Amino acid sequence: MANIGKAREALLRRVLEGDGKASTLERRAAFNNSDLSEPLRQLVDEVALNAKAISDEDFNRARQSGLSEDQIFEIVVCAAIGQASRQYDAAKAALEAARGD
Amino acid sequence: MRLQILDSGHGFGTRTLFALIRAVSRQPVLDVIKLVKYRPDYYGKPMSVITQEAMRGDSAWSVADRELMAAFVAMTNHCDFCVKAHSAVADLAYRGEENVAMLLCDPTLAGIVEPLRATMLMLRKLTKEHSVDADDMRDVLAAGASAQQIDDALAICFSFDVIVRLADSFDFSVPSTEAFAAGAKYLLARGYR
Repeated sequence: MANIGKAREALLRRVLEGDGKASTLERRAAFNNSDLSEPLRQLVDEVALNAKAISDEDFNRARQSGLSEDQIFEIVVCAAIGQASRQYDAAKAALEAARGD
Repeated sequence: MRLQILDSGHGFGTRTLFALIRAVSRQPVLDVIKLVKYRPDYYGKPMSVITQEAMRGDSAWSVADRELMAAFVAMTNHCDFCVKAHSAVADLAYRGEENVAMLLCDPTLAGIVEPLRATMLMLRKLTKEHSVDADDMRDVLAAGASAQQIDDALAICFSFDVIVRLADSFDFSVPSTEAFAAGAKYLLARGYR
């Protein structure tokens, strides 16, 4: 049986709390898709909920706001993992509820 | 790709590896490889542990079924790169017993046997609506999937919910069918490490 629990914890610790170019506050905000100002708010929201709609212009606006490519890389990674985590946690809770019948 | 660092920001050893891949496979290095090899301690290595466990760890689902689920999650997310990449692996893993493109093109998934079909329908709802409830899980259990199989499917869904978002965000190039075929052979033989 696949068990990704510990590996997921390690991934979240690394991307959110480990060394990085973006601040831990920015990475956490991207993960949570909250408390961000433009242009990151739109970019992070699109990564989480409509990644197909992301354009070169979204990345250009992030660069023009003063962010380095490494900072944008980390923020996008955190946004993607954050949304996937919310969906995973919701589904795990639903499975536990069904098993508890 | 939208970030130059992901195309050309790798160290000397990684660039040498890429040159070797191009020489041996006679295909370009896939953008997903460039992503996981960029600052691998940050994202690539810890994520690969999860994907390897989900796709190649012990499970009642076959490798072919898991690759089909990955392609399906990608298709539900409209990610062309990941659909083509994992359909190619699933085709290889099924050894011609299933036509993956045909299985995936039917919205009812009628060609897929239970309990895999019920599991995939639940994954589609989770991917589209970002949530499922206990009734959805009861349906999958009633279709014959064990709780562990559902758990294993959710692990696959987690991995690909991350990967498809990064593929679209960073704008992965969609290469030729031959390049995906070469990648599929590697993934089937070596996994995601």
